[in-house]
Amino acid sequence: MKGYGRRRFVNMAMTAFCGAAVLIALVPLVSVFWLLLAKGFAGLSWSLFTSLPTPVGEPGGGVGNAILGTLFLVGLACVFGLPIGIGTGLFLAERGNGPIGDAVRFVTEVLSGVPSIVIGVVAYGLVVVPMHRFSALAGAVALALLMIPTLARATEEMVRLVPSHLREAALALGVPQWKTSLRVVLRTALSGIVTAILLSVSRAAGETAPLLFTSLNNQYWNFRPDQPTASLTVQIFNYAISPYEDWIQKAWASALVLLLFVSLMNLTSRFLARSRLRGA
Amino acid sequence: MLPEAKIAIPRGEARRLRALRRVNVGDSSYNALLWFFGGSVLVVAGVIVFGLWGTASPAFRATSVLSFITSTNWDPVQESFGALPFIYGTLVTSAIALLLAVPIGVGFAVFLVEMAPSQIRPIVSFPLELLAAIPSVVYGLWGLFVMVPWLRSSVEPLLGSTLGFLPLFRGPPLGLGYLAGGLILVVMILPTIASISIEVLRTVPSSLREAALALGATRWEAIRVASLPYSRTGILGAALLGLGRALGETMAVTMVIGNSPEIHASLFAAGYSLPAVIANEFAEATSTVHTGVLAALALILFGITLLLNSVARLLVRAVTKGYAKAST
Repeated sequence: MKGYGRRRFVNMAMTAFCGAAVLIALVPLVSVFWLLLAKGFAGLSWSLFTSLPTPVGEPGGGVGNAILGTLFLVGLACVFGLPIGIGTGLFLAERGNGPIGDAVRFVTEVLSGVPSIVIGVVAYGLVVVPMHRFSALAGAVALALLMIPTLARATEEMVRLVPSHLREAALALGVPQWKTSLRVVLRTALSGIVTAILLSVSRAAGETAPLLFTSLNNQYWNFRPDQPTASLTVQIFNYAISPYEDWIQKAWASALVLLLFVSLMNLTSRFLARSRLRGA
Repeated sequence: MLPEAKIAIPRGEARRLRALRRVNVGDSSYNALLWFFGGSVLVVAGVIVFGLWGTASPAFRATSVLSFITSTNWDPVQESFGALPFIYGTLVTSAIALLLAVPIGVGFAVFLVEMAPSQIRPIVSFPLELLAAIPSVVYGLWGLFVMVPWLRSSVEPLLGSTLGFLPLFRGPPLGLGYLAGGLILVVMILPTIASISIEVLRTVPSSLREAALALGATRWEAIRVASLPYSRTGILGAALLGLGRALGETMAVTMVIGNSPEIHASLFAAGYSLPAVIANEFAEATSTVHTGVLAALALILFGITLLLNSVARLLVRAVTKGYAKAST
């Protein structure tokens, strides 16, 4: 039998260890935000958002085309990704109780763990090779493939949260099933689904790896889906590994812009999720 | 269905039946639409495998799988493709990441679920979400300009002077290298491991905990004999999911691992990883064999993560659905 004093000591030591684990986990977070604010803030200027990148040595310039490119890519990805992702989630919630539903659920879960770089290679094989050129479309396909699994799972969860008496009330009033599903159940789950959309958009906006060899990069403004397109993340990567002080400075400023965008999306979705819970 | 034609239907009734049938057209097409969407995910999965296979196939014609996996010579210009340095780098960095992130992540979860007063839980779980939301290229930037100089100036010299008798901690402190890659992965997989562990620990019935406490266990002893054994399977699942993320993580590792296709025993040396080589060389690869080989590397990565994720998901699902007892 171990002495009580020693057992108390072990208890305290483990409590201290677990507390320390929380602190260790939070150090990088604080450090990342602090440095981005400290280093990135100095680089923020109006021209960062509005002008094209300049060659080395030339002062000024910005990443306006990359910011627009990211929005363009994510928007295009939503066109493919949202219907399939949300539709699959709806399927899982409404018809997903059989063996096929289980299979689809399992596949979406496993797909959500596929590394994004692998998805980039897939989009290369599916879009870049047949088109013989890097394009915004290829990048958008990659991002859409990444969005679908998370969206599907989140939509299913949200639709399943809708109380069944709402559905039953609609059906009892003689509303056909499809109308009940779309106009009662889906509408009730809407704010939750919007939350899921915001989260997946913010995730897609932060992706770099699948864009490196699908949408590539572009020094100019681009609005055509069949042309290479700049993106904020690829631009940060290129600037960060460059040897030029000015470019590295721009990388910090661009990273701050990206982080603010992503955090804003996250905070908004969190706020929406909370207000939904309060309403229910 | 009733044989309708045999029954004389009054006029008004016939209109009602037609209206009903119209409604059913809506229902059946809605049903078909749902099944279409459900099937589309299976198609997407098939398309992913097909796309990978199609791009990788030139590689299988050019090199044998065995020499591809076991050779250490990587020279795309000479069409010599040995993937061992990348596989080694991926395994080493992931091992470092797991070794450090599992204790920290589980400790985090234990503190939050078992020790912390309930008021501070939401305050701490929010940063965890934020940590998971930071894009990996931002982590890479931070790693390159904050963590790597710190490793070079303080951590690596310290490790070298105290643990230098191990081959792991020898050599000049470069900053960039396996250690930097592993440490940045710790930061990146920590949210995954911690948040799933939190979820799993929450499923522990409080009666177990209370029984241990009633028998005179200290709080830590109750955690050790009741909570942790109960959630063992789920924590294993969390670690596997974290490992899956670590293996596939690209940008942050690419920026800090040093990008040199060699194998070194020292953790301070510059290495390379599977995702990093794909990220760096894919866009510039000119021959179909070179892109094919890189796609084959992606295929390896896909296979490993697929396996890991299937196992991990099954474990986590078993726990959170409450069959935990059957498997422990």
